[in-house]
Amino acid sequence: MHIDALSRRLIDRYQHGMPLCAEPYRAMAEELGCSEDEVLACLGQLQEGGGLSRIGPVFEHSRAGASTLVALAVPEARLEQVAARINGFPEVNHNYLREHRYNLWFVLTGPDRPHIDRLLAEIEADTGLTPLDLPMLHAFRIDLGFPLGDPS
Amino acid sequence: MTGCLNDLQALQLRRLLEGGLPLAARPYQRLAEQIGSVEERVLEQIQRWQEEGLFRRVGLVLKHRALGFRANAMLVMDIPDAQVDEVGRRLGQAAGVNLCYQRPRRLPHWPYNLFCMVHGREREQVCQLIGRLLADNGLSDVPHQLLFSTRAFKQCGGRFAPPLVETANG
Repeated sequence: MHIDALSRRLIDRYQHGMPLCAEPYRAMAEELGCSEDEVLACLGQLQEGGGLSRIGPVFEHSRAGASTLVALAVPEARLEQVAARINGFPEVNHNYLREHRYNLWFVLTGPDRPHIDRLLAEIEADTGLTPLDLPMLHAFRIDLGFPLGDPS
Repeated sequence: MTGCLNDLQALQLRRLLEGGLPLAARPYQRLAEQIGSVEERVLEQIQRWQEEGLFRRVGLVLKHRALGFRANAMLVMDIPDAQVDEVGRRLGQAAGVNLCYQRPRRLPHWPYNLFCMVHGREREQVCQLIGRLLADNGLSDVPHQLLFSTRAFKQCGGRFAPPLVETANG
């Protein structure tokens, strides 16, 4: 997708934090020296173009509930069916195909660990595949940001 | 204190926030209307959650693939338990590493206990970066694998809040 100069500045400046106030888009506009309408239009375009997932908090897994990284070794012929089934769980976010015998990787989130255990059992019963359950033990770095930098 | 949301409103607000803020001049007012409250209380509650550490960050949440970061590799390594803290801390600070987590091994199927995510625009560039990362940290001989993602089936935020049973405000 095409990323214009304002999008680039919004992303670089506000992916790690944004003003927490009644009119956050106006505050962004003031900081960047443009109008609130331009900020709203630009964010709307980014969202439509698929580059912006959402605006707001990223929850801290350990405080907000439970989560785990799951891998399945899915036979090639069943990939579409199994991936669609996994996508159907609202508790699944980030479901990727990766180059490995364990080829389907996704994150499960829920209010608590028993909820995750039930989902894992359901997935195994449903697909006949035994999931690898890989919860985070320690985070050494969690800051998922992308420096778009200056194109010039 | 009269400024607090009740438990149901707080839960509803969390669910709304997991879906993202509306693109409107007064986004918190919109959220407040949906849970039968007012903008000021919603902002206070979010501020409180922020102070309590419920959020990792509040900002724009991006989809890296659509933004041109198409080469996304998960580097997994089998690091001796006694060294994993030190190696994790070093790799977590290295340029180009977006995430660095320790996870359990699942023997015999899965022998790796340290995970790094590296994103870039080109696969070759990511491979070179990881090669240097391993060499610079004396890890070239450590058992490791590189799992590039080749397709995103789903990319969205976590859903932590428990499901709502009945909502008083419909």
